[in-house]
Amino acid sequence: MTAHAPAGPHDGGAGAGSLLAASDLHKTYGSTAALDGAGFEIRAGEIVAVMGPSGSGKSTLLHCLAGIVQPDSGTVTYRGETLSRMPDARRSALRRRDFGFVFQFGQLVPELSCLENAALPLRLSGLGRREAESRASSWLERLEVDDVRGQRPGQVSGGQGQRVAVARALAAGPSVLFADEPTGALDSLNGERVMQLLTEAARETGAAVVLVTHESRVAAYSDREVVVRDGRARSMAGAL
Amino acid sequence: MCIVSAMSISHTLLGLLESGPRHGYDLKRAFDERFGHDRPLHYGQVYSTMSRLLKNGLVEVDGIEAGGGPDRKRYAITDAGVTDVAGWLARPEKPEPYLQSTLYTKVVLALLTGRDAGDLLDGQRAEHLRLMRELTKRKQGGDLADQLICDHALFHLEADLRWLELTAARLDKLASEVRP
Repeated sequence: MTAHAPAGPHDGGAGAGSLLAASDLHKTYGSTAALDGAGFEIRAGEIVAVMGPSGSGKSTLLHCLAGIVQPDSGTVTYRGETLSRMPDARRSALRRRDFGFVFQFGQLVPELSCLENAALPLRLSGLGRREAESRASSWLERLEVDDVRGQRPGQVSGGQGQRVAVARALAAGPSVLFADEPTGALDSLNGERVMQLLTEAARETGAAVVLVTHESRVAAYSDREVVVRDGRARSMAGAL
Repeated sequence: MCIVSAMSISHTLLGLLESGPRHGYDLKRAFDERFGHDRPLHYGQVYSTMSRLLKNGLVEVDGIEAGGGPDRKRYAITDAGVTDVAGWLARPEKPEPYLQSTLYTKVVLALLTGRDAGDLLDGQRAEHLRLMRELTKRKQGGDLADQLICDHALFHLEADLRWLELTAARLDKLASEVRP
């Protein structure tokens, strides 16, 4: 892939007030350039849709922003601190405490109940079981899946499972929620409801949301969109 | 947004009469409540439509109330009117394929004149998404009727966006075909 999209107003790094920012990211898998100079930024409480065709690099961008994948070059900063300069343990703690994740598939632990799944990040952060499950329970209620709290992920519908995943992601009170095609496996009605609940909850808690999607109806829940094409991100008109 | 085209206003008013006779004012109110939303019918539209339906034998005057102002006619649907409504409901609407749309013309012209068609498509995508955000907000705050109306518009805009995306991916090929 080669870069051809011109740089947009956000293609190049952190501006004042950004919570999470990336600058000139490059990432290559074999001979394929997944990211080729991508930039990105998001402010606290903002919901930004990352759109683009399959293979354009949008999921790689999300993984780099979340510190899951290390870019070959370029920087990602969170609250002004460069992710790549953090020790692994610090980066892991950040992902656990400050970041929440919702993916398309397979994110719930099949052996645990929905309540235990939702409480997992809180437990991993050292919270006692009772307190963790109490907080998780209120999130399950908020996401309208309190009735499946005792069931395992395999016993609930796709839409219910995804709501449990959103509850789990939000239970720890993240500053940034990373959602990668969160409605990709759901029908229209369930997808709409999940997006409505997810964005309402994020706006209420002040969490920023990086929403990777190829669906424009999902992107319409965001404040603005960034289009990734050939490994480069471009902010569209009407941005910040 | 008014969701009933001018062509189908007469059928919609006829359909509303099937549940029982109504005055012109009641018909307007029933229409506005269910289908008019932010673009209600004008009284003139209602009365001119009822005159036409009356002339065509699809409604009849069921009674007239004399008042301080003009006489208030109460309309009832006739058997021919019921048959007309049934025929309209059973007839599928003609799908509109939007062939040779303005957008397509703009893309081809941009390529022919050496302009950046990718920019054009990106600008259109942003405009479509802006409208989709407005509709999504309206849907979230609205009742079921609002949700269904907004969804209809959203699905159409989404189809346009898919076309924009596909066209963006095929710009090089299209350029080689349209340029002399």
